[in-house]
Amino acid sequence: MSKPIIATASLAGCFGCHMSILDIDDRILQLIELVEFNKSPIDDIKTFTKQCDIGIIEGGCCNSENVHVLKDFRKNCKILISLGECAIMGGLPAMRNGIPVKECIEEAYLDGPTVGENKERILPNDEELPIILDKVYPLHEIVKIDYYLPGCPPRADLIWKAVVALATGDELNIPYELVKFD
Amino acid sequence: MKEKIISIIESYGRTSGRLMDILLSVQAEFRCVSEEAVSLIASELGVSEADVNQTKTFYHFFTTKPVGKYAVYMNNSVTSVMKGMYDVVDEFEKQAGIKFGQTTPDGLLSLNYTACIGMSDQEPAALINNVVFTELTRDKVRKIYSDMRDGKPVEAMFNEFGDGNNANQLVKTMVKNNIRRRGNVTLGEYEVGKGLTKALSMSSQEVIDEIKNSNLRGRGGAGFPTGLKWQFCSKETGDKYVMCNADEGEPGTFKDRVLLTERAHMIFEGMAVAGYAIGAKEGVLYLRHEYKYLKAFMESVLAELRNKNILGNNILGKGFNFDIRVQFGAGAYVCGEESALIESSEGKRGEPRNRPPFPVQRGYNAKPTVINNVETFCSVVKIIENGSAWYRGMGTEESAGTKLLSISGDCKMPGVYEIEWGMTIADMLQMVGAEDVQAVQVAGPSGICLPPSQFNRKIAIEDLPTGGSMIVIGANRDLIKDVVLNFMEFFEDESCGSCVTCRSFNMILRKQVKKVVDGRGIKSDLDNMLAWGEIMRKTSRCGLGQTASNPVSTTIKNFLDLYNARVKDAEYQSDFDMHKAIEESCEVVGRPANIHE
Ligand SMILES: Cc1cc2nc3c(=O)[nH]c(=O)nc-3n(C[C@H](O)[C@H](O)[C@H](O)COP(=O)(O)O)c2cc1C
Ligand code: SF4
Ligand code: SF4
Repeated sequence: MSKPIIATASLAGCFGCHMSILDIDDRILQLIELVEFNKSPIDDIKTFTKQCDIGIIEGGCCNSENVHVLKDFRKNCKILISLGECAIMGGLPAMRNGIPVKECIEEAYLDGPTVGENKERILPNDEELPIILDKVYPLHEIVKIDYYLPGCPPRADLIWKAVVALATGDELNIPYELVKFD
Repeated sequence: MKEKIISIIESYGRTSGRLMDILLSVQAEFRCVSEEAVSLIASELGVSEADVNQTKTFYHFFTTKPVGKYAVYMNNSVTSVMKGMYDVVDEFEKQAGIKFGQTTPDGLLSLNYTACIGMSDQEPAALINNVVFTELTRDKVRKIYSDMRDGKPVEAMFNEFGDGNNANQLVKTMVKNNIRRRGNVTLGEYEVGKGLTKALSMSSQEVIDEIKNSNLRGRGGAGFPTGLKWQFCSKETGDKYVMCNADEGEPGTFKDRVLLTERAHMIFEGMAVAGYAIGAKEGVLYLRHEYKYLKAFMESVLAELRNKNILGNNILGKGFNFDIRVQFGAGAYVCGEESALIESSEGKRGEPRNRPPFPVQRGYNAKPTVINNVETFCSVVKIIENGSAWYRGMGTEESAGTKLLSISGDCKMPGVYEIEWGMTIADMLQMVGAEDVQAVQVAGPSGICLPPSQFNRKIAIEDLPTGGSMIVIGANRDLIKDVVLNFMEFFEDESCGSCVTCRSFNMILRKQVKKVVDGRGIKSDLDNMLAWGEIMRKTSRCGLGQTASNPVSTTIKNFLDLYNARVKDAEYQSDFDMHKAIEESCEVVGRPANIHE
């Protein structure tokens, strides 16, 4: 069998989950023996060049572009994984969900203490820009998700074990400490 | 404002333990408990504003902004909806020119919903300034609204009163008793003082033994053996309390309302018997705010009993001292849960406690406390009077005596029925004149939804235990939409929020049911609902969370076809609507809501 192909993306996340992927340390050498990477910030491939086996996504959807990327992943990947709290539940960005969008945008561009000069009170509305959604959505509310890897970020060992299990077809054996944090 | 509030605080002895009463009086006086009032109460009681706010924000009937001069609280329980609530709602909104949840700009009228107010046999019903209006229609609403415009006091808006004590000078309510069947215990013959006189001629332990031998089990729903509860409490030392649970919040039950109206003496007498048995000197009747119309009457009965020396000092010359006060709730179903009821009576949020310790060990004011339901105390009086053998002669082997049923919904004769335990549902349906029945909701939303194939089952603790709520659901009803969804909305509103699972899953389950009702559900949603309901049951602290998934789980089990007809056989279905999701932000920043995909 040829090597399984992996794609990854960070949507409304902090890239912490991707850092955790890199935290597998020297096992990254084994990883590239085991799998091939396609679209991903890790190898900087920007668009899908072929059908992939595993898509790993960090972050939820806070804007129209996130939704677009997510749907593209669903189309191009056989298995889709929500990686981390933001992807699974919306995470920190979803703290805005209880606040009206208008207030969020005004706080960010007009009234917030860190807003610099904006005398004309311009709000970003160029048609090229992604559009902010009414709230931050977890991935599974938009497309079907096959697996969830919890954590903020999920531990490197958990990501490693999950990817290896999927790539080799071996049974996944997760010690309690890898997914419980209390 | 300041003097008035201070005088209210004074009248309750300046103790934070009476915070509920203080807040209720302030709300009644000023139509709200404003932030200023909160500060003042906090500083006068020597507690923090957060302490006062904690309690204030927990209860439905405390508001920060003033309610209207006429505050309408429309009952939105299942039976109210069945009997035409939406017409009544529509007429109120039309007349007032506002929506539910709003107050008219001139402050004349506010419209709000509230959970079951204990009038399921005479719906649609509403509270207006704490006065009960039953069997509302569009015509009646028009008349009420015009009376409001004329500034009539609510009490003057009607002149026909219900039967029995409902017409008493101190009650004067339009509420009807609807007693359809009297048995030999709670609604049978009753002579004030006879039971207590006999109890006082026995030793405390003999009284407890008599109750134990009667096999009486709690009538509030959980069915705990009453004698055993008393025995546990009697073994504790020091000050003790007797509390009567008259919170009657389970949608569809109203039998305690009838006992409170017609058997007030008997309830208090039963509490005194309990006080004598366990060695308590004080009792508290926790009465739901929805029954505020009974306040003056209950207090007059207490005064009468003191006059007759059935309460007070040296009762009936036997050296026993016992007195009772009435504590009001302020609109919270969970306060019917015994430990939440204690918290509430202490002036706190009605959040259930962890157990152990149980109330019989550490209850009200951290003292050993016996809590029983209204009907339980009434039964006690007759058991003492006529003996445990007499009592055991009624009902079934495991469920002795009689039970009051509150029967409502699609039947000809809704009302209160005193039956012997052991009657089948089929016989019950015949008794109330119900035909073409799709289901019977036994024991309220937290109970089970029973299909016709199980109508041969028995109303008894060993088969179908119930606090008495029976809602008959006719064949023409949309069971999932009209009943299950309504129940889940109820639980979502009434969860106290302490446990993560009860707080979240009630909302999630309600959303899932809505998804199914809207035709967007898929098969796996049903499996998810069952699994999540099970998690909620296993991980919630009190009975509310432990049973709140029952409307969903018992209907998926018993009425699977109804669900299957509504869910798709798809692997996945998203509810996400991009156009809706971007509308608002495009408007805020000023760009067309176009999406190029
Ligand atoms: C959410 C919830 C609501 C309850 N509501 C009531 C109620 O309104 N009246 C009542 O008597 N018991 C109610 N109970 C049961 C009480 O916790 C308690 O078991 C009962 O008052 C004990 O009295 P009994 O043994 O005489 O039934 C409720 C329980 C739960 C969990
Ligand atoms: S889950 Fe945590 S680490 Fe991952 S993107 Fe969200 S905030 Fe960052
Ligand atoms: S189960 Fe629900 S109502 Fe009961 S304590 Fe927990 S959160 Fe509160």
